[in-house]
Amino acid sequence: MEGVLNQLPIGLSIGAVLLLIALGLTFTFGQMGVVNMAHGEFIMAGAYTAYLLQGVGFLIALPAAFVVAGLMGLVLERTLIRRFYGRPLDTLLLTWGVSLMLQQLARDLFGAPNVQVASPAWLRGGVGILPYNRLFIMALAAASVLAIWAYMNRTGQGRRMRAVMQNRRLAATSGIDTGRVDQRTFFIGSGLAGVAGVALTLIGPVGPTLGTYYIVDAFLVVVAGGLGQLRGAVLAAAGLGLLNSYAEFWSDASLAKVVVFVAIIGFLQVRPQGLFFVRSRALT
Amino acid sequence: MTAPAVSVRRWQGPAAFAAVFSAVAVLALVAAPLLLEPFRLGLLAKYLCYAIVALGIGLAWGQGGMLTLGQGVFFGLGGYAMGMYLKLNDAAGDLPDFMVWSGVEKLPALWKPFGNPVFALAMVVVLPVAVALLLGTLVFRQRVRGAYFAILTQALAAALVILLVGQQGLTGGTNGLTNFFDFFGRDVAADETQRGLYLLVAIVLGALYLGARQLVRSRFGRLLLAVRDGEDRVRFLGYDPATVKTLTFAVSAGMAGIAGALFVPVVGIISPALLGVVPSLELVVAVAVGGRFALAGAVLGAVVMGYARTYFSEELPDAWLYLQGALFVLVMTLAPSGIAGLAANLVRRREART
Repeated sequence: MEGVLNQLPIGLSIGAVLLLIALGLTFTFGQMGVVNMAHGEFIMAGAYTAYLLQGVGFLIALPAAFVVAGLMGLVLERTLIRRFYGRPLDTLLLTWGVSLMLQQLARDLFGAPNVQVASPAWLRGGVGILPYNRLFIMALAAASVLAIWAYMNRTGQGRRMRAVMQNRRLAATSGIDTGRVDQRTFFIGSGLAGVAGVALTLIGPVGPTLGTYYIVDAFLVVVAGGLGQLRGAVLAAAGLGLLNSYAEFWSDASLAKVVVFVAIIGFLQVRPQGLFFVRSRALT
Repeated sequence: MTAPAVSVRRWQGPAAFAAVFSAVAVLALVAAPLLLEPFRLGLLAKYLCYAIVALGIGLAWGQGGMLTLGQGVFFGLGGYAMGMYLKLNDAAGDLPDFMVWSGVEKLPALWKPFGNPVFALAMVVVLPVAVALLLGTLVFRQRVRGAYFAILTQALAAALVILLVGQQGLTGGTNGLTNFFDFFGRDVAADETQRGLYLLVAIVLGALYLGARQLVRSRFGRLLLAVRDGEDRVRFLGYDPATVKTLTFAVSAGMAGIAGALFVPVVGIISPALLGVVPSLELVVAVAVGGRFALAGAVLGAVVMGYARTYFSEELPDAWLYLQGALFVLVMTLAPSGIAGLAANLVRRREART
């Protein structure tokens, strides 16, 4: 019984990391039709930012990683992805090429072996079955979701972002500078991946291929949650995180991913468009 | 984005096609075995195995618009089916070596039927096709497509690799299946056998290429192109796009299975590292470089990228990932139809001039 309870914070914290990663993906995919495989490398960039700032303080690393990863995303959007809007499959392959180069760059800069980031003292230990580091990750994800929700629903920029997501051409005709909205979305989405990278340093080592372990699962969150849906992403990430950790617990680690895959395919039989979606008469 | 179908067809008039195809066939079947030393011939055989997978990707992605990032799964199913038979054959009634090392005492039930060569060879095609039919039916019926489909196939590849690595006693874990000796009565490592295998791979590739070409030019192929370019319209006309896509996906999976089975005796190993997310994507890259809209482009891309990979990882190992990534970015931005697209443009320009 205790084992079952122990899996709960593990599953939820993995879900929280997946959520931070998936938020960026679901918005860039939903708003711009971009499947960004290099998103995983923004996680890696965030994690290495935390590694470099180890002496400076963990709480500084969070905004720093947000800005570093966000700027990387912005550069990628401006130089390459902008030319590929509306061609999701091509962006997928294009950004995979970028991701290969970024991984090699990380290998050249920081070396191929994994590095360890020392967790700050105040995040060691825990209460009962709840380790502080995992609690902190959950709180971080919750705070990020709240901030994103407020941004989307309470600010002018967020309103414009929702407008572009729902109907790009109508938004453009109404005088919204869709290019600027795209840049902002990309910056924020990539930045959140950087924050996820910092969070990951609390539960494991950092290496050049860190992003590749999470990118596939994060995409599954997008598929299950529904495109560009905040609520969907939250529920799907929690569900997927828990399913992952409990499948590992009850069967064994090697079967867990298969269980998750079968569950997603089964889920798509009931809700092919994910948990939530915008109803429209347009052909899907 | 549409394929330059008309001009390519003119370029590939029946006589011109027959001439080019025979020339390539003579080059591959006569010249290569005579001119290349055994090591290089083995490499070429390996690339041709990848070319068979690429042909399937060209069919599913270039012609059908289904970007499949999980062809490694089918390649692996075919490869493991062949590898299991070869292992049991070498063990001659005992347990395969890696099972002894993993402390397995009795042959697992899953392995037993693979001792029969006919069953194993059938499974090379049946397993991948069955998985593709099941996945295709479940996914395409629900109109899940495009990037979603790509992501799902990638997730399947990731899941399979973790499964294979984890089930050490059943699959050989990270090492996979290797150390083969006997291939249907011949020493698998002998130059003679390897040359025969090379010819077999080349002939299979040629036959599958002709088959795929025929498929694309048939009524079914027209329908497939129509599904790629306007799935909803095809449905409104009373056809069932899901069936068309599922069948094509299954054909491409079968090709990957055959390729995997040929790969095992040629290279002497099948392991999870050969069929995960990265190798699956690399083959898609190869197809994009060669030209996704032409089946010949897919084959060409696989061979070119195979050589590039070997050359650069021998000469400049550190630069290879940069080069591969950069090449990819360049192809996608400047020449989305790949080498075949550039060639077709050249031909079109010359025709316009005359």
